[in-house]
Amino acid sequence: MERIPWKGLAVLGALLVLWDLLSRLSSLIGNYLPPATVVFVTLAAIVGNGELLHHAAASLLRFAEGYALAAAISVGAGLCLGLWRPLYTMFEPVIELLRPMPSPATIPIAILFLGIGDEMKVAVTAYACSWPILLNTIDGVRSIDPVLMNTAATFRLGPWERFWKVTLPAASPQVVTGLRVSLALALILVTTSEMVVSNDGLGFYILDLQRSFRIPEMYAAIVALAIIGYTLNRLFLTLDSRIMAWHKGLTRKEEIL
Amino acid sequence: MLEVRALKKEFQALSGQPVVAIEHFSFRVEAGQFVSIVGPSGCGKSTLLLCIAGLSRPTAGEVLLHGREVTGPPEGLILLFQEYNKSLMAWRTVFRNARFGLENRSGMSRGQIDAEAQRFIELVGLGGFESHYPWELSGGMQQRVAIARALARRPEVLLMDEPFGSLDALTRIDLEDTLLRLWASLHATILFVTHDIEEAVYLSDRVYVLSRRPSRVIEQIEIKIERPRNQLTTREDPRFIQTRHRIFELISTELTRS
Repeated sequence: MERIPWKGLAVLGALLVLWDLLSRLSSLIGNYLPPATVVFVTLAAIVGNGELLHHAAASLLRFAEGYALAAAISVGAGLCLGLWRPLYTMFEPVIELLRPMPSPATIPIAILFLGIGDEMKVAVTAYACSWPILLNTIDGVRSIDPVLMNTAATFRLGPWERFWKVTLPAASPQVVTGLRVSLALALILVTTSEMVVSNDGLGFYILDLQRSFRIPEMYAAIVALAIIGYTLNRLFLTLDSRIMAWHKGLTRKEEIL
Repeated sequence: MLEVRALKKEFQALSGQPVVAIEHFSFRVEAGQFVSIVGPSGCGKSTLLLCIAGLSRPTAGEVLLHGREVTGPPEGLILLFQEYNKSLMAWRTVFRNARFGLENRSGMSRGQIDAEAQRFIELVGLGGFESHYPWELSGGMQQRVAIARALARRPEVLLMDEPFGSLDALTRIDLEDTLLRLWASLHATILFVTHDIEEAVYLSDRVYVLSRRPSRVIEQIEIKIERPRNQLTTREDPRFIQTRHRIFELISTELTRS
């Protein structure tokens, strides 16, 4: 089991207390930032009346769809591009041009093609998540040591066996890195696209609360979003350390050496 | 059984200039022999093994295994690399690494594969480490895993590319004897590349001495010291010392040749 990070929790607690005190003592701050205790009580209230869960569920569904779509397409494409050099050379300029473009810029295009519904939000999320997964997968495949591929060859593995037994597992740590980076991106894009145009979801909810001056509720929803992001990342890390235990051990060993 | 005829391998260097790694290279290995190749470093020994293993196409000349030209990785031949840490599958345990080479063997049941893998793990002295990952083991133990994986496949010819080159002296001695014991009991044929003259003499029936690049065979030396060999008595044998002396002279002449 992991040890409980007492020091970190103490700092977090101290900051919450500071927040609470500041907004109580200064009416200037208090006007725009309700005390932490009030925010958490409000959080309990909007969880209790189902309002938050309704929006969170809508966001999480979009998140899951966009993320899964990106993972499926980009791992596949990344493997192809990583394995086949001419294909990569062909697509390299396109990738290099599109990759640095901030993904929210695709929202207007997605609205034009897909409307303002779920399809648009899922597409935008999938687009943003695709890049880290794609690039890490390509890199993962291309950085496989030739000695490993020669070993597969000397044991006369066929193309499929070589792919399943050597290429895929050898590239998997990098693929997982891409998936982890995309996890955070997915939540960002879901929220952003919901803020632009939507009638449910946490992004919409937060903006709507701000516009209707329900300030404690707005903060409560933001806290909820932080908790969701944290939980998703924890879940990912737990899964990762189960499935990729060999790689965790390997890198830990390399750190010691 | 293994024959290399007039092999030539040319590379395109980064500068664009062609570099001839190997030229006019001919030699043969008989079934059941332990043959070593020694030569100055950078003389193209690894390139030679890649060509013999069918992993790299020669520019000219040919490699024959049982009289048939090698054009791709042939059945019955395995190449074992010096870089055990790169050639072992880090995601597989020792046991699953050992069975790797048997998994695409037709006509072997899962039970037979497991039994063979287990047998070879024990033959290389790794019994008890089956469920360890390679990176949990020392360098010498990792190379033992690689040897078990290669031999479990029961190759007629095992090519070894400086397999003990990065190991410490004591581990090396231990592995040399393990290898000799396995070679004798499995009736395998081994072509062993090394830059260590003593190692070549100690292990081999025959040693081929290579020239500098473009490398070719400059001398073929038969080692007639009886087996089983012994790290102390063999190395103190006058014939061992004479042979070592002779090879050393050949290589140092080669190195100082302008």
